Amino acid sequence: MIDARGQSCPIPVVMTRKALEKEKPARLEVLVDAQVAVENVTRCAHSLGYQVTAEPQGTDFKLILSK
Amino acid sequence: MKENTFARRYGRMILAGVVVGAAALILTAAGNPKNMGFCIACFERDIAGALGLHSAGKVQYLRPEIPGIVLGAMLSALSFREFKARAGSCPASRFVLGLFVMIGALAFLGCPLRMVIRLGGGDLTAVAGLLGFLAGILVGVVFLKRGFSLGRAYPVKRGEGLILPAVMVGLLALLLLAPGLLKFSEEGPGSMRAFRLISLAAGLAVGFFAQRSRLCMAGGIRDAFLIRDFTLLAGFLAIWITVTVGNLIQGNYNLSMLSQPVAHSQHLWSFLGMALAGWGSILLGGCPLRQLILAGEGNGDAAVTVLGMVAGAAAAHNFGLAGNPDSAADGVYQVGGIGTAGMIAVVIGFAVLLAVSLLHLPGKEEA
Repeated sequence: MIDARGQSCPIPVVMTRKALEKEKPARLEVLVDAQVAVENVTRCAHSLGYQVTAEPQGTDFKLILSK
Repeated sequence: MKENTFARRYGRMILAGVVVGAAALILTAAGNPKNMGFCIACFERDIAGALGLHSAGKVQYLRPEIPGIVLGAMLSALSFREFKARAGSCPASRFVLGLFVMIGALAFLGCPLRMVIRLGGGDLTAVAGLLGFLAGILVGVVFLKRGFSLGRAYPVKRGEGLILPAVMVGLLALLLLAPGLLKFSEEGPGSMRAFRLISLAAGLAVGFFAQRSRLCMAGGIRDAFLIRDFTLLAGFLAIWITVTVGNLIQGNYNLSMLSQPVAHSQHLWSFLGMALAGWGSILLGGCPLRQLILAGEGNGDAAVTVLGMVAGAAAAHNFGLAGNPDSAADGVYQVGGIGTAGMIAVVIGFAVLLAVSLLHLPGKEEA
């Protein structure tokens, strides 16, 4: 699980990309708190071949990235 | 299918770029300085002058475009449920970074947005700025890859997120109801201004579309290098193309190094000024325009950055750090640029950015 809530753009993407490239997990959960982070992380995940599901959690979003 | 994907990915961004470019053309036609239809750094500098924070008589006017951008972004964020009051991500560092981004931009004579608008007018002196901006962004990207972060922001009371929009409403109220309290340039760039309503409407439109699209001058180049994503870059290019086409149609395109409006030919310091602005913008998470948009979305850290930029503008003009445009007197062309104090300030800016960058890298246990 990556907690990227409150991080400025593009740090949620940098954190996600680093985890995906380093560990190549089949599934990764990313917690963000801004719509722009949802969009950016989703684009990044798609470019690396992951599917993304976004689940609103209060004012945050849980993104589930899976192969 | 491919066209649909392209439209979905780039459509909103290109539309925002066209709106910003068109707004810049309209504002210039309506009275704003040439190649300065929109300039976040210049307009914040003019506002600092209007409030008496500096006494450079040629750059004092409360530009309604800036309040318009913040309020347009706020209206958009509220309409689409994206207004979130947040703060607490190294506000003091952000204030100082904003200050030096402004000093770098004013050494060049324009923010990244004006740099693109100058390029769209055929101003070849802006090429040095573009190269410097690229270099500064690359340095910032190196630190991002090494884990740079100013730390997370936290949810705060809604009122905190409304502070900068409220300040902007206050500025507009001053302009409309108590203009006698403000300073107004009678010559120079500050005296060239579009009708207030047009300026405000253009600002609102730019704020709205920039919020929807996430347009960012620094982000486009950063994402292209960092994650091979060209979405934001499409907005950067759309502004450039729109302004170029508009200037060509109006006969205002002047492809030259010489006699460009409010620009100088001291190329090294144009390069270094924009390198400073580019690096600082990456550390801050966005260019000066993006900081206004984030502040409109309720981000208190971006609001502090904007205030840092205004302080930077005041410092730049109080201490003679800002660039002077090239000029012609008695048939002799005089190259402008920055003086020794400005050069020292830019060098200090690099030292400060390096210190902030190094101090916010992860420790060994976090890496």
